[in-house]
Amino acid sequence: MPAFWHWFVVGLTVLFIIWCVWLVSWSAKQGPKNVGDEDLVGHKWDGDLEEWNNPAPKWWLYLYFITIIWGIGFLIAYPGFGNFKGALGWSSAGQYEAEMAAAAATYEPIYEEFAAMDFEALSQDPEANALGRSLYASYCTTCHGSDARGATGYPNLTDSDWQWGSSEQAITSTILNGRTAVMTPWGQILGSDEAVTNMAKYVRSLSGLEDADETIQAMQQQFTMFCSACHMPDGTGNQMLGAPNLTDDVWLYGSSIETIRTTINEGRNGQMPAHGNLLGENRTKILAAYVYSLAEK
Amino acid sequence: MDTAASYNDKVVRQFTIMVVVWGIVGMLVGVVIAAQLIWPALNFDLPFLTYSRLRPLHTNAVIFAFGGSALFATSYYVVQRTCHTRLAFGKLAAFTFWGWQTIILLAAITLPLGITQSKEYAELEWPIDLLIAIVWVAYAIVFFGTVAKRRVKHIYVANWFYGAFIITVAVLHIFNNLSVPVTLTKSYMIYTGVVDAMMQWWYGHNAVGFFLTAGFLGMMYYFVPKQAGRPVYSYRLSVVHFWSLIAIYMWAGPHHLHYTSLPDWAQTLGMVFSVVLLAPSWGGMINGIMTLSGAWHKLRSDPILKFMIVALSFYGMSTFEGPMMSIKTVNALSHYTNWTIGHVHSGALGWVAMMTIGSIYCLLPRLYNRDSMYSTKLIDVHFWTSTIGVVLYAVSMWIAGVTEGLMWRAVNADGTLQYSFVESLKAVEPYHYLRLLGGLIFFSGMLIMAYNVWKTVSDKKPEPVAVLDPA
Repeated sequence: MPAFWHWFVVGLTVLFIIWCVWLVSWSAKQGPKNVGDEDLVGHKWDGDLEEWNNPAPKWWLYLYFITIIWGIGFLIAYPGFGNFKGALGWSSAGQYEAEMAAAAATYEPIYEEFAAMDFEALSQDPEANALGRSLYASYCTTCHGSDARGATGYPNLTDSDWQWGSSEQAITSTILNGRTAVMTPWGQILGSDEAVTNMAKYVRSLSGLEDADETIQAMQQQFTMFCSACHMPDGTGNQMLGAPNLTDDVWLYGSSIETIRTTINEGRNGQMPAHGNLLGENRTKILAAYVYSLAEK
Repeated sequence: MDTAASYNDKVVRQFTIMVVVWGIVGMLVGVVIAAQLIWPALNFDLPFLTYSRLRPLHTNAVIFAFGGSALFATSYYVVQRTCHTRLAFGKLAAFTFWGWQTIILLAAITLPLGITQSKEYAELEWPIDLLIAIVWVAYAIVFFGTVAKRRVKHIYVANWFYGAFIITVAVLHIFNNLSVPVTLTKSYMIYTGVVDAMMQWWYGHNAVGFFLTAGFLGMMYYFVPKQAGRPVYSYRLSVVHFWSLIAIYMWAGPHHLHYTSLPDWAQTLGMVFSVVLLAPSWGGMINGIMTLSGAWHKLRSDPILKFMIVALSFYGMSTFEGPMMSIKTVNALSHYTNWTIGHVHSGALGWVAMMTIGSIYCLLPRLYNRDSMYSTKLIDVHFWTSTIGVVLYAVSMWIAGVTEGLMWRAVNADGTLQYSFVESLKAVEPYHYLRLLGGLIFFSGMLIMAYNVWKTVSDKKPEPVAVLDPA
């Protein structure tokens, strides 16, 4: 901080400490002039309100004084007087780094040992899974749920469906870097409300939820034109793009006509935040193997 | 009687009745949100009944509507009695009553609608903030105008505290709410990032220190010696702890921002002065309790004194707890847990509400030309509901808070966290029930009070009280 503010903080701090010390010593002496220790002060309000001039209890004065002395000592030891770093050289950033370094020294060997294992073997190792479960409980439950079954908009991790792939590389990349799934809005391009409804019905027909009459079957042409680039011509999706398979019974946002219409009209933005900075590569691999172990094979 | 020769008690009566009304409303909302924490469905899927909107309604209602009305009522009463003169600027005093009630009404409408600045205890949007500033300045003019025309040389200690509270709250309110309006219901703060956070907690902590502490110490310094019929224990102590308290409270705000991006030097200063604040805070407790000492026998027959002694005890406990929680290592455990909620309520229910209730029971008969309240027995019942309620509330939240703090930091041998968040939530569920029960009991006491107050005032026509000549 600039020199002016440094001295402003120091000056104000010293001034207030002196103020407290002066108050304590004023009180420890007689107090108001010409009034004895156990006398009434002599003022009277509202008929019967008066004041004794009793001295403050000794223990209270000592308590006050001790906290002031302690405070001065603390301000010498720790950063407080403006830019003064404190005699102990402590800082909150330093404390954080030291604690993280100590934790890394203790725990990183454990993670390294597991991370050296083959992915498939890791996913079947009970100890690794116990560790993975703890990581999952801390980092993943908020969105994917305590039972990993997800919620609307948050994938179920226990089924056999993988939006971005189930390989070691795919899962670790999902956790490390996060994923952004974008479905753009198609309502205006399809042109009419009716076309959107028909497209919704066509999408439902791909997984057998809807009997496709001729009008709906005719939507295949538009599906090929607009949707197949991501969802593939047969609607089975593309894990490279995170485009869901539309032919199975897994529905990220819901399977009702109304929900699918919303999806088509407004598009969707799926966000999995990156966890690389929080977890590091070793723990990510352990967590990925645990997530893999949850899924139906 | 010539009006100049009598006290202006009308505005005092108005505020006093509203204390009971807003106490019931504010605590009812508190009970509702405590229930919502157990049964979230109680928001009935209506946006204006969600926890996030009712919680600021609860805090604003109990602090500014209930506590604020109590401070207005008692300060207007006390400043007249101890200055031996009628309240200055009668019309302005009436304006502060109607202005303050309007503000409360606007808060009760805008907060459930989700109109908020998102600053704790400073949620109200800029048009209401402006109105608060105007009413507050009027309040200051009435109060200090009365002090200025006092007929005694010395200013009574209660008025020091009321005066400090009025001046400081004006400064806090204005500087924490400096914002750029965009629409009638939306504004942006002129502060950003950590500066905004620091301003907010400079305000937030001093709202506690001056609104909920200094103001209520003013109340204590009049009603405790009055009810006990004894002189204040120590004039000297009141001088020291007053000047210490108002000087040191100003520094304590940063302890709300430990282990954040607030610079270390500010965190350290906040913590050091919070610890130094212990003795000045206790000065008020010592002076109150020692004033009662020698009148202990009256506690057997006078439940009003019981309210006051328990209030002072809770004041002592919370002002011990506060400095402890401001120590960084303790704060690392207590911050973000229910311990904070327990601490706040041992202050808000134990100290603020119980001192208010005791003072109102002492004040009301005097305002309505009676010797005593309708029923002393009901005051006693109210005393026990309040005491049991606040103890259940505070103890359950202490246990819940320490449980959470310990669970959140528990680490397995492999360095992972031992518990997920939801496990800690499950662990404290029983204490949520206990807290609801405590709140309900405390709230039921307020209903008893309302009945007692109604019976006291309904058939009495107040008469003007002549201004007492100074002794």
